[in-house]
Amino acid sequence: MREVAIVGAGMTRFGEIWESSLRDLFVEAAAGALNSAGADHVDSIFVGNMSGGQFVGQEHLGPLMADHLGMAGVAAARVESACASGGMALNMGFMAVASGCSDAVLVAGVEKMTDGADVTNVLASAADQETEVYHGITFPGLYAMIARAHMEKHGTTEEDLAWVAVKNHKHGSLNPKAQFRGEVTVEQVLRSSMVAEPLRLLHCSPVSDGAAAVLLCPLDQAEKYTDKPVKVIGTGVATDSIALADRKDPAFLGSVEKSAERAYKMAGVTPKDIQVAEVHDCFAIAEICCLEASGLIEKGKGAKAAASGVTSLGGRIPVNTSGGLKSKGHPVGATGVAQAIEVFEQLRGESGERQVEDARIGLTQNMGGSGASSVVHIYQGV
Amino acid sequence: MPSPRYWRERANRFRLEAARCKGCDRVTYPARTICPSCRGTDLETLNLSRKGKVVTSTVVHVGPSEFTMEAPYAMAVVETPEGGRLMVQVVDCEPSDVQPGLEVSLEFRLIRREGHSGILCYGHKGVPVG
Repeated sequence: MREVAIVGAGMTRFGEIWESSLRDLFVEAAAGALNSAGADHVDSIFVGNMSGGQFVGQEHLGPLMADHLGMAGVAAARVESACASGGMALNMGFMAVASGCSDAVLVAGVEKMTDGADVTNVLASAADQETEVYHGITFPGLYAMIARAHMEKHGTTEEDLAWVAVKNHKHGSLNPKAQFRGEVTVEQVLRSSMVAEPLRLLHCSPVSDGAAAVLLCPLDQAEKYTDKPVKVIGTGVATDSIALADRKDPAFLGSVEKSAERAYKMAGVTPKDIQVAEVHDCFAIAEICCLEASGLIEKGKGAKAAASGVTSLGGRIPVNTSGGLKSKGHPVGATGVAQAIEVFEQLRGESGERQVEDARIGLTQNMGGSGASSVVHIYQGV
Repeated sequence: MPSPRYWRERANRFRLEAARCKGCDRVTYPARTICPSCRGTDLETLNLSRKGKVVTSTVVHVGPSEFTMEAPYAMAVVETPEGGRLMVQVVDCEPSDVQPGLEVSLEFRLIRREGHSGILCYGHKGVPVG
């Protein structure tokens, strides 16, 4: 297996970007990635996207995006694993390069959510239609059930959940690409309107448009593109039951644990080696559960991590320095790739006010559904 | 929900039909042909008891379009005495009273309508006991 490096990155700002269509967003991010590396051709393109079909009626994104990038003819396909589509596309791109099948691979993630689709219903299609959605559950509702189970088991409080949002908004206030750059207080979070008890509006990531793209190549060819490549040293994918009711412990995300274990094993590192991480905080409780399941924080101790400063910039393990899904925004298919870009920039020392000092090894964790799929990548600066 | 799809699911919707794996005793609802715990294929069907206990719950304030008129409403994962778990609405009570540990009976109720002129879709909802 060949060593794989990220050598270029590009992304749009995240937010309600009414002037840009699904393809516009893709082209901006993809061209940005290619230009940043001075690349004029790729061997294949993987497009992470949850639901172009339901959001804007557009499927068949592989050829569409290749064509609009001026690269019709190249191998291209869409990769889907709900909100983990971007991370899954990165895993596919990694395998294409590592296996020797492709030398230059463009991995992109894109989602256009604000063109008028019924977003709650589209997102719910990542849950079990027959046993969950039929009865009226929503995605915030599923994570609310995870939150209540975590409260029962570990004594987690609504204030603990609020601190995750406070921390991530603080980080996001330093990110020019973030959808929401305003800071929030615990009091504001706890006063925001209820969405699904115990989750309030400010515990939830927003509806967003956006795209992100990275260029991968074998490490031994990286110097063609950049003098600061970042190695992808581990990748892990895992699944769990799609229905929450089928999980013995609804407060624990088994797919996150398994995907992280696989990535750590491939990378030859342990959670203690990770210096910066982006995890899937689609709802505040998700960050807590993902930190525990990935081993970055001890099981049952995730709730206090944000309030205590452990996961803040300057803390032991800064988490979601980009602002996370909560503040940066969550264009679902783009999220996994945007997480990779944040760590890529951190390990190159390019994160400006958000820079984690001397960061050498970083991790991203991207999740689909209520935890039915999870993708973890581990990166090392060169 | 197209009518054939609804018709196909009548065993689990109407009878709470589940499957028990003869190899490892895992009960899955709705019934499956392969056990998700041990991959065994020797499964027997059984009907879940129409009662259970809340494992975890929420109160949905912002519902999907078809359920907007019902919000706020309680939803719960309920475990029946056989060990099968299912997601249901819990009704005929204050939604905030639906918490883990609550005992409910599972009653046959209208769940949703297939548009303004389509069929009525039934299933089970939880009702607190006592």
